[in-house]
Amino acid sequence: MSQVEAVRGWIDQRFPLTAMWKEHISEYYAPKNFNFWYYFGSLALLVLVLQILTGIFLTMNYKPDAANAFASVEYIMRDVSFGWLIRYMHSTGASMFFVVVYLHMFRALLYGSFRAPRELVWLVGLGIYLGLMAEAFMGYLLPWGQMSYWGAQVIVNLFSAVPFVGPDLSLWIRGDYVVSDATLNRFFAFHVIALPIVLLGLVVVHIIALHEVGSNNPDGVDIKKIKDPATGIPKDGIPFHPYYTVKDLVGVSVFLILFSAIIFFAPEMGGYFLEANNFIPADPLKTPEHIAPVWYFTPYYSILRAVPPLFGSQFPGVAAMGAAVVIFAALPWLDRSPVRSIRYKGPVFKRWLAAFVVVFVILGYLGIKPTGVWGTFPAGLPLLGGAPVATLVAQVCTLVYFAFFLLMPWYTARDTFKPVPERVTA
Amino acid sequence: MKSFVLILAALLAGPAIASSGHYPLEKAPVDLANTVSLQRGAATFGSYCSGCHSLGYMRYSRLTDIGLTEAQIKQTLLPAGAKLGDTMGIPMRPEDSKAWFGVRPPDLSVEARSRGADWIYTYLRTFYRDDTRPTGWNNLVYEKVGMPHVLFTLQGEYALNHESAEGHGAGALIKVKDGQLSPAEYDALIGDLTNYLAWVSEPAQASRVRMGFFCDRVPADHAGRGLCAEEGILEGHPLMVVGDCPGACGR
Repeated sequence: MSQVEAVRGWIDQRFPLTAMWKEHISEYYAPKNFNFWYYFGSLALLVLVLQILTGIFLTMNYKPDAANAFASVEYIMRDVSFGWLIRYMHSTGASMFFVVVYLHMFRALLYGSFRAPRELVWLVGLGIYLGLMAEAFMGYLLPWGQMSYWGAQVIVNLFSAVPFVGPDLSLWIRGDYVVSDATLNRFFAFHVIALPIVLLGLVVVHIIALHEVGSNNPDGVDIKKIKDPATGIPKDGIPFHPYYTVKDLVGVSVFLILFSAIIFFAPEMGGYFLEANNFIPADPLKTPEHIAPVWYFTPYYSILRAVPPLFGSQFPGVAAMGAAVVIFAALPWLDRSPVRSIRYKGPVFKRWLAAFVVVFVILGYLGIKPTGVWGTFPAGLPLLGGAPVATLVAQVCTLVYFAFFLLMPWYTARDTFKPVPERVTA
Repeated sequence: MKSFVLILAALLAGPAIASSGHYPLEKAPVDLANTVSLQRGAATFGSYCSGCHSLGYMRYSRLTDIGLTEAQIKQTLLPAGAKLGDTMGIPMRPEDSKAWFGVRPPDLSVEARSRGADWIYTYLRTFYRDDTRPTGWNNLVYEKVGMPHVLFTLQGEYALNHESAEGHGAGALIKVKDGQLSPAEYDALIGDLTNYLAWVSEPAQASRVRMGFFCDRVPADHAGRGLCAEEGILEGHPLMVVGDCPGACGR
């Protein structure tokens, strides 16, 4: 027995190291037909690790103090050795996290990965997404630029639209009557410790739940149904290591090439990853002309703006925005199709999914732009006269967005479907 | 609640505000590889701007990045009593500047990132005489600007051309008094100054791009052209400092 094996044996008697390695890596049997869409889970994990590592080093030099925050970021950009690289990795990582997570979620929509028995995988994943939104939002305040400040002001004020408790609620969140040093300090605490712990915990639960039920695949076939009688291993399953560790390394390589290209050649990404206005220090007395959230929040921001106020209250818009995020949780129970994967679903679902993607992108675009971006309807027009064109488009898109979910039980139950094969296809 | 409604109203009214006073910006001749231009820009900034505008996040010692030696910095740009490692502050007290200009002249460390180099380049060339303003000056890009035209002795004086149809564009201003520099010389001066501010806004920019090309962080060699340029590998890249990467690239 070699020394390595002796050490491993010693540990295994005290901690299930080998058992865990086998259960989750070397003997976790994943369907053999994973395609391009299956890169984004491991990439999300990679970005999470990058964000935590770069975050640690940023925290060493950043000052969560309204008087010093902006200057400390510039200090990192100029005087800290490789500070600019760490900062750009972190700011680019934030946006790329959402790119990867949106593609990861889209994969679930394509192949029905949210459906039984993977409801908890999906719900925990949605929890990660919500945690990530909070993490990104609070992190965005930290550079203490104009967009940081006013973006936080707008979003925290959303809570004041909640009936009865609203104003007290937003005051409680801010810790002050306006976004201030107190807000910056608590957002820093949430951003660097509270939310990362929640995110890491949820990621562990996400993976454990996934490994309990097994991975879905592009065919939506249950590979556990047909096992090798001798070994008990699914016939269509291959061990995660080495097969998918190697495959994921290819994805990681391509991703890192893109990631590096952004960091070194276009860290501002044309103003989408780092906004020009955020290079002006926060000024509570000067509201910027145009306040827009970072691109990954803009679909929901569009929905907020599209819903008209009721009796002078903005609550319907705020509620719609919240519902637009939370409604994903209902998906496992909304999809009534007998098949999981889009490969065997009928044309009606495909059209709805396509429409959903299109309106999500349009809403995202409109959320970046002021409402006047497409002009206004001619004044003489009945009903619509003088109204911004973009607002109407956003309203139609919002309806389609919710219809995709709310009508799903109806259209998936009536849609045609193709027979699902016993085994996965090549 | 009230502030929320106000902000939402501001958002809805946004385009009306945003569309007013948008003067077309001219492309600034930014070339961070041109260290001579950056040095000229630093000199202009030191002579005409640094009395009022700080570059508060920038240290004098960093000017070695654009090819100045420590002795040159001490001789020409360092204020009396300041050290090389100090940041570029201003002697003017905030309360004085507030009294003299109505507003504290902004720090310009990241001005080229917030407003953009094109904005700075156009702004500094579109001052005109306006007797209705307390300073006697107004600007096409920045209406009712608080800053007087500091460089008028160089540029000369312009007035608004009321016969110009659009109120902006090439014919918007007419010269009423000659300056020490010809229009082309003045444009070149402002071009260098803008270039300098673009560099100041992100001094790591050149090394960032170099690292992107696997060129590593070789300290700038300002003696001449390096191997990279000779091999033609990085030539023509706008951010590449020529002679910056001796032997390190392409291998």
